[in-house]
Amino acid sequence: MARVGVFVCHCGENISATVDCEKVAKESGDLNSVVFSTDYKYMCSDPGQTLIKEAIKEHKLDRVVVAACSPRMHEPTFRKACSEAGMNPYLCEMANIREHCSWVHPKSEETTAKAGDLVRTIVEKVKKNKPLQAIKVPITKTAIVIGGGVAGIQSALDIANCGHKVIMVEKQPSIGGHMSQLSETFPTLDCSQCILTPRMVEVAQHPNITLYTYAEIESVDGFIGNFKVKIRRKSKSLDENLCTGCGLCTTKCPKKKIPNEFERGLGNRTAIYVPFPQAVPNKPVIDRENCNYYQKGTCKVCEKVCPVQAIRFDQEDQIIEVEAGALVVCTGFDVLKPNFFPEYGYGKYKDVIDGLQFERLASASGPTKGEIRRPSDGEIPKKIVFIACAGSRDPAKGIEYCSKICCMYTAKHAMLYKHKVHDGTPYVFYMDIRAGGKMYEEFVRRAIVEDDTKYIRGRVSTVFERNGKLIVRGADTLMGAQPVEIEADMVVLASAGVSNPDSEELAQRLHVSYDAYKFFAEAHPKLKPVETNTAGIFLAGACQAPKDIPESVAAASGAAVKVAALFSNSELTREPVVAEVNRQAPPVFSTCTGCFLCEKVCPYQAIEREEIKDRNGNVIKTLARINKGLCQGCGTCVALCRVKAIDLHGFSNQQMYSEVMALLNF
Amino acid sequence: MENQEFEPKIVAFVCNWCTYAGADLTGTSRIKYGANVKIIRFPCTGRIDFMLLMKAFENGADGIIISGCHPNDCHYSTGNFHARRRWVVFRNLLNFSGIDTERIQFSWVSAAEGFKWADVVNNTIEKVRALGPYENYKKINVPTLFAKEDNNE
Repeated sequence: MARVGVFVCHCGENISATVDCEKVAKESGDLNSVVFSTDYKYMCSDPGQTLIKEAIKEHKLDRVVVAACSPRMHEPTFRKACSEAGMNPYLCEMANIREHCSWVHPKSEETTAKAGDLVRTIVEKVKKNKPLQAIKVPITKTAIVIGGGVAGIQSALDIANCGHKVIMVEKQPSIGGHMSQLSETFPTLDCSQCILTPRMVEVAQHPNITLYTYAEIESVDGFIGNFKVKIRRKSKSLDENLCTGCGLCTTKCPKKKIPNEFERGLGNRTAIYVPFPQAVPNKPVIDRENCNYYQKGTCKVCEKVCPVQAIRFDQEDQIIEVEAGALVVCTGFDVLKPNFFPEYGYGKYKDVIDGLQFERLASASGPTKGEIRRPSDGEIPKKIVFIACAGSRDPAKGIEYCSKICCMYTAKHAMLYKHKVHDGTPYVFYMDIRAGGKMYEEFVRRAIVEDDTKYIRGRVSTVFERNGKLIVRGADTLMGAQPVEIEADMVVLASAGVSNPDSEELAQRLHVSYDAYKFFAEAHPKLKPVETNTAGIFLAGACQAPKDIPESVAAASGAAVKVAALFSNSELTREPVVAEVNRQAPPVFSTCTGCFLCEKVCPYQAIEREEIKDRNGNVIKTLARINKGLCQGCGTCVALCRVKAIDLHGFSNQQMYSEVMALLNF
Repeated sequence: MENQEFEPKIVAFVCNWCTYAGADLTGTSRIKYGANVKIIRFPCTGRIDFMLLMKAFENGADGIIISGCHPNDCHYSTGNFHARRRWVVFRNLLNFSGIDTERIQFSWVSAAEGFKWADVVNNTIEKVRALGPYENYKKINVPTLFAKEDNNE
C-alpha cells in the first residue's frame, strides 16, 4: 500500500488568493493512501523543501504530490528534494494548481474544488508510478561543423582547441565563405583576406579538424551525443592525395570562358578550377557541367598535362558515415537574386551590380586588381550611386526584415570608391542609416564628412539608360519629397541578404525549425540564441538572419562553448521516460505478437527486432525491443500497439487510466 | 435538457510540449476561462490511446478536448500526425457506434497561443453546454468492457 504525502503550496498569494489551500490540503488528507498532507507559503523555498524532506522521513512516505505551479517549472526542484530524502525522484509528481487553476479562474468554491480534483487525479497517478533510474547515454566527442565560412571556421577552431575532434563539411571546393570574397571590412577597413586566410590555413592544418570540402550532409540520424551523419563527398575527379596543387591543369584547360562564381560573374574561370588563389584546400575540382570531356567525351587535356597523374575521370561521389555528438550549423546566407529588381535594371544593364560584385571590384585580388572599373567598358566611373535597402524592408516584395549589414557596407563602399577615385562622387540613397555597433556610427560619419559621400534620404523608383548614362530617379524626402535625378556611370545595389536556397531541405534533414524566410530558428531569441529546438544541434552566423562578421564570430564561439560543455562529460543523463515492450521469462510469453506496426510509426527508429530461439537455435518468435538510447518517449507506439505490449515509463497505461477515472469519479 | 445551470465536465488530453505549455502561458497571462475543464498531461498527442476517450465518457465526462502541437511542430516530429490520422479513423468508428463526436474537440494549440487555449476551452464549454449532459452514453449500455482492468486494487 502506497504512503502518499500531499504538499499544497500557496505560492505567496498566487495560489491562495483564489484557492483555499488549507481546505485543499485538509481534503486531500482524507484521500485513500494519503498519510500526510499540509500546506505552506512557498514550497519551493529552502524551508519548504526541508518540510517535504522531513515529512518523507517522519511519515515514511514513498510517494509525494506537490500541488503548486506547472511541472514544467519546478518538477526538477521537487524531484531533487525527494531524492535527497532518499526517495526515488520519479515517485514525485506535481499537480498544477497555479497556471491551470488559480491564475485562470476567479476566487470561488469552484476554483478550490478544481484544485482538489487536480490533486486527487495526481494522487491516483502517483500511486501507479514506478521507481525509475535516469538513463546514462555515452557521448561521441566529435562535432560536425556544417559550413566553412567565418562562423564555421571560428566554431571549428574553438571546439578543436578544447581538445575535441571536429569534422568540417563545406559545400564549395574551398572554405572561406562570403568573407573571402570581401575586399575590406568595416569599421576598420582592414583587408578581409588578410585576417581570414590565416584562419583558413589553421583549419586545414589543425590536428583535431578533418576537412571535407565539396561535400554535403546527406542524412542525420540519432540524437544528442550520438548522431549518425552521412556525408556525400562530391566527386572532384581528382586524387587529392596525389595532387600537389601546381595549377598546371587550370592553365591548360581549353574551356576558359565560364563565369566565375567567386567573382560573381565579373571574371572567368576554367572547367577545372581552384575558386580563388588563397583557396583551402588549394587543389582543383572539375566542374562536370562545363567540362568538354564530360559533355562531349573528348579532351582530357588536364589528364595529359598533370605531372603526377592525379586526374580521375571515373571517380564517383562517395558517401561516408560518421558519428558525432553535436552539430554546429553555419551555412550562412545568400544574396537576393538579380531578377528581383526589374525597376533597377539589374541584369539588363551591365553597370548595375550588387554589393558583393562591388567587393570583387574593390578587392586587390579581384578581376580589376582592385581598380574600380565598370563592367561594361572598363572605364572608371566618375559618378556612382549606391542604393541601400534594395529588397530589404519592403513588405510589398515579401522581405520585411532589415538586412542589417548593408548600411555599413554601403558606407564602406562609398569610402573605398573615394579612396581609389579621388575625383569621383559617390551618392547613397537610403531609408534610414542603421549604424548600431562599436565604432559604426563614427564610420558612417567619416564616409559623409571626410569622404564627402552624398547621402540622399529617399527611395529610388527606377534606373534607366539614356545617352550612355544610367539615370537614377528617386525622391529626396528631406527636401519635401523633391524628385531627384542623377546621371550615374555605375549603380550598386545593397541587395537583401536572404537564406540559402537549400536551407529548407537542410533544416528538414537536421530536424531543426526555420522561420518564414527559411532562416534557421533559434530555440529562444534571447536566452538560447545559438541552440535549436533539437538538442545537440547548434547554430552560428548568418544562417539565422543576416549578421555581420563580429556577430557571426561571437555566435560561433558561443556555439562552440555549448558543444564543449556538452563534451565535458563522458555521458549524458536522460529522463527515463522511454517505452518498453513487456517481457517475461521465458521471453516467448511476451504479449508482443511481432506485428511491428510500432516500427513503422516510431520517429526515432528505436524499435529493434529480437529473435527468440529455442535450444536448437531455431527462431520461434520475433519480438519488438526498444532501444533506450534512441527512444525519446513520445509514446506513439504505446497508443498504437493493439495488444498493449508496449508501455511508457512515467506515462503508463495504468497511470493514464487512473488519472482519467480519478478526475471524473468522486 | 437545456438547463442554464448545467456545468459540463470536460477533460482535456494535451501534449506536454505545446498545449500544456500554451495552457501554462494562459495562466501566466492571467487569461480567464471556465473551471470545468481539467487537463491531463501526455508526452505527445501520439501517446493518446483513444480508448481513454471512451473511459472518460464512461466515467461521466460530457466533453473532451484533444490538443497538441501544430502539424510540423511536433516535439517528436510526427506524433501529432499519427494522432490526427488515428482520430480520422476513430471518428468514423464512433459515428458508426452512435457516439456523439460533437462532444470531442480536436485542436492544435502551440506553446505561444495562450489566448487560443482559452478560446478553445470556452468554445468547447459553450458547445457542450448547449448539447447538455451526455445521458445518451449511459443509454448505449456499453458492457463493463473497460471497467474491469483498473478495478483490481
